[in-house]
Amino acid sequence: MNILVPVRKVPDTTAKIAFTPDGKSFDANGVQFVMNPTDEWYALVRAVELKESLGGTITLINIGGADNDQIIRKGLAIGGDDAVRIEGDDRDAHFCAKAISAYAKANAFDLIITGKEAIDDNGFQLAAMIAEFMDWPFISQATRLDVEGDVCHLSREIEGGHEDVEVSKPLVVSASKGMAEQRIPNMRGIMMARSKPLNVIQAEDSSVSSEVAKYALPPEKGDVKLIDADNIDELITLLKNEAKAI
Amino acid sequence: MNVLVYLDSADGRVKKPVYEAISYAKRLTQSSGGQVHGLVLGASDEADLKSLGKYGLDVAHHVDDARFSSFDSRAYTMAIGKFVEANPCTHVVFAFNHRGKALAPRVAARLDLTYVPGAMALPAEDGTVVRGVNSGKAFAHVKANKSGMVLAVTGNATELLNEEVEASISAFDAGLSDGDFAIKVVKVEKMGGGIILTEADRVVSAGRGLKGPENWAMIEELAGTLKAATACSRPVSDVGWRPHREHVGQTGTTVRPNLYFAIGISGAIQHLAGVNQSRTIVVINTDPEAPFFKAADYGIVGDAFDVVPKLNAALKAHFAA
Repeated sequence: MNILVPVRKVPDTTAKIAFTPDGKSFDANGVQFVMNPTDEWYALVRAVELKESLGGTITLINIGGADNDQIIRKGLAIGGDDAVRIEGDDRDAHFCAKAISAYAKANAFDLIITGKEAIDDNGFQLAAMIAEFMDWPFISQATRLDVEGDVCHLSREIEGGHEDVEVSKPLVVSASKGMAEQRIPNMRGIMMARSKPLNVIQAEDSSVSSEVAKYALPPEKGDVKLIDADNIDELITLLKNEAKAI
Repeated sequence: MNVLVYLDSADGRVKKPVYEAISYAKRLTQSSGGQVHGLVLGASDEADLKSLGKYGLDVAHHVDDARFSSFDSRAYTMAIGKFVEANPCTHVVFAFNHRGKALAPRVAARLDLTYVPGAMALPAEDGTVVRGVNSGKAFAHVKANKSGMVLAVTGNATELLNEEVEASISAFDAGLSDGDFAIKVVKVEKMGGGIILTEADRVVSAGRGLKGPENWAMIEELAGTLKAATACSRPVSDVGWRPHREHVGQTGTTVRPNLYFAIGISGAIQHLAGVNQSRTIVVINTDPEAPFFKAADYGIVGDAFDVVPKLNAALKAHFAA
């Protein structure tokens, strides 16, 4: 079974978010970047588990510049066999999905699995767009994925619960919490990752569907109003009259 | 300029977050005088569809085809594509819920429209649409490069219209073949009776400060009084005190309720990222230095085991009055 895992570089979850003075781009100054957590913890680790039980290969695919290679190497250390980096700006999901699906069409994959959302974009959009460009079925926010011959058994989140579904390969899956547990790469994995292939390619179609005119930060939150634990009625009054929340 | 709204439904009823999507669509058409069309796939109820006129829906189109009872984003996208082919629309609007997230990007890719996930407001005068990014820590003003847009709308993006009109009803045949349906739902598990976290107007969330899963009864009672959904912090779901679906935060679920209670949660930045778009936040914690107080509107420094029962009693008295 051959699996393609799109992975994205994102600011670390604790990063302070700031933008350049013109508001056009993210200010990367002093920011630590990591592999998008849902790509790494859920999608990639489940792909590695499937490979361990069923055989096959795992290819990582990423969009960005050479400064992304460190994150891609980490994915190879966790268990990817090879990797492709497409030169480009990863901000427009339409561009990313088109480039990734163009690569996937030219190579034979049974499964494309990535995280449900990127923690910097929060758009839940890449996997669905890849599925459309591939013309494949898509299971979003999956918490379980088992493969039996040609049939995949999955659970996916729905409002207030989950449902179990069956679908034949090939397909696209976006992974949610519950799919797998985070793995820390071991020294052997890190050493082996250094010699695994990482090919850099150019996107054929560089057009974008959207642009960000500007980024903005939310207004500063005012100070918290502290209420004495023995004076709960004051809180009720504030929630009723000031916040109009009850 | 006509606008299409995807009428997401369950058990034959259109879901509540769609109401706002309809009012959003109506306001999109107001300058051009176009119509708001709605499309429901699978079982629907005529009276329910007609009642959507209240929120601004002009015509409800239903596709009576039992094959749509299993959600399959590919088949659904084909049906929406066929509808737009027959009834040209410049914009397609979705609720930013589970199906909206799975479907809207596919529809945008198919129709070659710009996609705006999580739209928080109507387009500004310059045509840009604002949405939350960086887990609520920033906003992006998105400019479309295509002639039309697919918008998935978050809660509180616009106010509900309330008009005394009924939507008219029309049947649509999507003309799909059996081979277009690939996904088989074999089992559905829904929690019984409770309020759904992602749709909740109020949320009561608790963390490690509760010391053990056996102490959640008072949280559930408080949630019951408030008609709120229950939620938890990541460590609590990681150790299995509460189900994963209750985990609110950067790697769990993001919520935007009107009222969020955080009880015994210190307020790690990853948790705040999942809740910081709530309208009002109340924090109860023994530690006055807990970072959550900085993100809160109201705070009580105190022991949850003391404060929560008192709070529950006071709220009960308030709602009974």
